[in-house]
Amino acid sequence: MILTIAHKEIRSLLAAPSTWLILAALQFIFALLFLSRLDAYLQIQTELSKLANPPSATLVIAAPLFDSLALILLMLIPIFTMRLIAEERRNQTLVLLKSAPISSAQIVLGKFLGLFIFIALIILACSIMAMTLALGTPVDYGLLLLNSLGLLLLAASYTALGLFFSALTTQPAVAAISSIATFFGLWLLEKLTSDGNAALSIISPTRHFQSFNNGLFNSTDCIFFILFCITFILLTIQHLKNE
Amino acid sequence: MPTPITLSARNLHHHYGQREIICDVSLELRRGQVLGLLGHNGAGKSTTLQALAGALTLHSGQIEIGGFNLQQHPQEAKSRIGFLPETPPLYREMRVDDYLIFVAKLHRMQPENIANALTQTKQKCGLQEYGKHIIGTLSKGYQQRVGIAQAIIHQPLVIILDEPTVGLDPTQIKEIRTLIRELGNVYSVILSTHLLSEVENICDRVEILHHGKLIYSDSSTAMQQHDVQLGFIVSLLAPPDISVLQSLDSVTLVEQLSPTQFKILHTADAHFSATLLALAAKNGWQAQQLTPLKARLEDVFTQLTQEP
Repeated sequence: MILTIAHKEIRSLLAAPSTWLILAALQFIFALLFLSRLDAYLQIQTELSKLANPPSATLVIAAPLFDSLALILLMLIPIFTMRLIAEERRNQTLVLLKSAPISSAQIVLGKFLGLFIFIALIILACSIMAMTLALGTPVDYGLLLLNSLGLLLLAASYTALGLFFSALTTQPAVAAISSIATFFGLWLLEKLTSDGNAALSIISPTRHFQSFNNGLFNSTDCIFFILFCITFILLTIQHLKNE
Repeated sequence: MPTPITLSARNLHHHYGQREIICDVSLELRRGQVLGLLGHNGAGKSTTLQALAGALTLHSGQIEIGGFNLQQHPQEAKSRIGFLPETPPLYREMRVDDYLIFVAKLHRMQPENIANALTQTKQKCGLQEYGKHIIGTLSKGYQQRVGIAQAIIHQPLVIILDEPTVGLDPTQIKEIRTLIRELGNVYSVILSTHLLSEVENICDRVEILHHGKLIYSDSSTAMQQHDVQLGFIVSLLAPPDISVLQSLDSVTLVEQLSPTQFKILHTADAHFSATLLALAAKNGWQAQQLTPLKARLEDVFTQLTQEP
């Protein structure tokens, strides 16, 4: 049943022309970022080779690319999550799901999964682009994998929080704005407290992405993302149930 | 032997803040019945239907569908309901076929039965030609049909329709009513409406909801007999003097409506109209038309929902 809803979500996403436009624009932005990093790397390559332990091309080119994608996801995911429940409520189609023999948990998980798979495809496209480095230089696949995993976890957290905001309101635009504001606030927490005062930034998802970005698998960060997702999915289910 | 009870609701209560929306509503529905829920705007019809369909959690009350309690076994109960809300819950960007298949899957139909059910449902609702159309491009009447189709595709025991003919043109209304009547012969149907002619045409039973309370419940034919006066309107082309009519046996009142039309009320006498016609033939009054007085549903409704 979860898969039925997820499948429907993906289909209706792909049926909208705006989705394809966003995908195309994203791919273009990735390419621009990738090429500019590549260009910068080629210029300092001779300097780097003089170092005793030069950083790999993957670390110089791909890691910043993934870091930028993390920031893009912050703005991109609310655009997709806003529709999930708020639009169903506005178009009065939510009643179809609520009167069908499925639970609120199935509705929420189906919607979460549908959008998560879609976002995962975007992350995959970015990873494949980074992998083209293999054409010219040895690639640190471990670093790429960890970055992709980190982004997937980050995307899942953003999706869960965006879904929660979408469940709170009837207006998709309100859901989008509150999601973006919250994500941005969490991101600022990390930026403003980067000088050692880490107490507040502990709730910022982007901070927990940093270790993945540097090629470090930290189970604390992994657990943070999972707990973050579970919390907001549970809150969404509860809200939908009590309505 | 009475047909089995498909839906029973007992002591439903719901309120928003201090305002009572529905108050102690109890309903019962049997297989093959069409029940009309009548009421003014804001009487609580939609809330009651949403609660019966499981789309709204009530503050108190018990609902059983096909023997399954809606609160304790929501999945079993809900799979036996087909619900068309006031605004059909349509995904405008989907094709009719895809949408109906999605709804069938939501209602846990076996995949091998879906294709068959889809063809049958489209045929019932006159949508055969429209399977590949995008729902948003269909006219309102056809969107309403898709709405009804989604409510019946999984062959539910109880079909709940909230104002199914609102906003349709007269031909479409007629077609949808015929469809509802057909459905009512096989399943149980509850529909809400504020159109009294709808109840007269298609419902077996009527419940009147007023300020969240059920104030009247009976068969729709019985409703037409409600508080009716015995009598008829007769047209006589060559009428006698009104006093002649008044002097007839068992006549209680004669009222002249026009030079040739009289409203005659009489006491209980099964043969009175025959007697009158015989008299008219004998005396050359040239009787032309004799219409028994029948309380129109509207009058009964107005009378029942009048504020004290």
